[in-house]
Amino acid sequence: MSTPLVMFLVFIAITLGITYWASKRSAGSSAYFAASRRVTGWQNGIAVAGDYMSAASFLGIAGIIAFQGYDGFLFSVGWLVAYLTVLLVVAEPLRNAGKYTMADVLAYRLKPRPVRAMASLSTLTVSTFYMIAQMVGAGALVALLLKNSGISYQTAVIGVGILMIVYVVFGGMLATTWVQIIKAILLMGGTILLSILVLAHFGFHFGAFFDAVGHVTYHDKGQEVVKDFLQPGLRYKPPYGPLDLISLGMALIFGTAGLPHILVRFYTVPDAKTARMSVVWAMVLIGSFYIMTTFLGFGAATIVGRDFISTHGGTNMSAPLLAQALAGDVFFAFISAIAFATILAVVAGLTISASTSFSHDFWTNVIHRGVERKPGEEVLVARIAAFVVGAVAIFIAILLGPTANVAFLVALAFAVAASANLPVIVLSIFWKRFNTAGAVVGLGAGLIASIGLIMVSPSLMGVDPPTVVGTARHLFQRPAIFPLENPGILSIPLGFLGAFVGTLLSHEPTAESKFNELLVRSNTGLGAEKAAAH
Amino acid sequence: MPLEVKTQPSPATEWDRVANSSQFKDLMATKKVFIVPAFVFFLVYYFALPVLVGYAPHFMAIKVIGNINLAYLFALSQFFMAWTVAWLYVKAAGDFDKLARDIVEKSENNSKGGQ
Repeated sequence: MSTPLVMFLVFIAITLGITYWASKRSAGSSAYFAASRRVTGWQNGIAVAGDYMSAASFLGIAGIIAFQGYDGFLFSVGWLVAYLTVLLVVAEPLRNAGKYTMADVLAYRLKPRPVRAMASLSTLTVSTFYMIAQMVGAGALVALLLKNSGISYQTAVIGVGILMIVYVVFGGMLATTWVQIIKAILLMGGTILLSILVLAHFGFHFGAFFDAVGHVTYHDKGQEVVKDFLQPGLRYKPPYGPLDLISLGMALIFGTAGLPHILVRFYTVPDAKTARMSVVWAMVLIGSFYIMTTFLGFGAATIVGRDFISTHGGTNMSAPLLAQALAGDVFFAFISAIAFATILAVVAGLTISASTSFSHDFWTNVIHRGVERKPGEEVLVARIAAFVVGAVAIFIAILLGPTANVAFLVALAFAVAASANLPVIVLSIFWKRFNTAGAVVGLGAGLIASIGLIMVSPSLMGVDPPTVVGTARHLFQRPAIFPLENPGILSIPLGFLGAFVGTLLSHEPTAESKFNELLVRSNTGLGAEKAAAH
Repeated sequence: MPLEVKTQPSPATEWDRVANSSQFKDLMATKKVFIVPAFVFFLVYYFALPVLVGYAPHFMAIKVIGNINLAYLFALSQFFMAWTVAWLYVKAAGDFDKLARDIVEKSENNSKGGQ
């Protein structure tokens, strides 16, 4: 058995043990959906970091910096600074006024059924897109890492899918939380070790490291090129690059505070103060991690080199190959196992937020008008939904195959979160006049604008040479209509505009008269959901 | 249900009573004094990065220490900016918590008395 496989199996054994332990403590809605609201501040902080630092951050960001230098580091910056929106605007009101999902906050003032139906649709859209991107990435990665063990892409996708279903269906939010915590600690540990090894390679001399980053040599179309990787502009080139960069920044800054799998985490803590402290803990971890992507990405560019990475699995393999170059096969196996743990934990987090929204928002509150017909129905429906969501993600990931162009799905998830979810959350908390029509039109406009603009963007439209085959090809073989990869700069204002226009075109006195209730609840915690007793 | 609770001599519900109390208005004002400037400051500071990198790349390429340029230092400073704003917010939020606790206690005593 290969070393990576052994390490994967150890991680799987530990997490299944946790799931078994958690399964005995997950009876009842509050236990299953919100870990009985007894997660502590630091635990939830680490879990938020775990939910957030996906394979896109660990493998993707190291690869983008290794290939496109400084411009890749700008992702790292946005991913942390975005947490200020979560901290200052969203986390505490959400904990104070909600129960299990983001729609709970909207449903206080507005007509619950239309608002929950739209919010649930938006949550399922964000989670499913994000999950498919993770699953395709996971399958390709695991197959590559374990190629000596004879594990194929299909086996890897099915394996990841089944594990995530087991965590969520049996262990609920408690197991998902602890899987995140273990994964986040592993990821931080691995990243710190890699960073120290990179610095040691340069004799712990920062000057020498940054000098090397100034002269990165690689081959482009057979020509040897030397580039300063600290210079901006290797990825975002004129004429549209700068605008795309701003648009990306908007999607990150406003989208993070609308990501359903991050928002549900604030319901697992006892009160708003703990929610606040958990954001701060998350910011310490996430910030330290993204600063270290400097060493991961630039280290891979200088020590391993673009040429070698390109022929040994491509950009996503930058971090594992760096580990191999610095400390050999066992460390390569360790970093690979961390990457695997990262993906598993993130898909589990996405699955539980999607299934919670389906069960709590759509099943109980939209279809059955807020009445649980028999005790335990809400949890049962969520478990079935988790199973279905997992099965659908496995099916689509296998259908698309390992070479599918799926990177845009993550951008799409952030764009939908920023354009559909955030405007209605913010307006519901801060604008007295806001009403049901505003929420429904705002969610709809944000959703349609994000998806529509991505459909006609360079991510899905473009003319490929005949050497590109299958699902790696652009969906529409025509020049792109919308020039930016990130629709945020247009779709976020459209989301807000929809919410404004919808509000102004209708009148809803009950929504206005209940504004005081939401205002007091969200700012004081009066009447907030309590933690379960010991 | 009355729309303009402010003009009502006896507010319709306990929520309206709390919302119109001077203590609650005090809490909202205290929060606003910190959160609005902090939010505006961090947005301006953050978006200065993509704007400068995108539209003034040559300026941002100026080397400051060895090979380290303005672009990298400004990007790095964003992390410390975010941590500092978060730390200041936690300090300020201690006051919010105190004000909020008073309001909650008073309201819970009220409703006990009323029942």
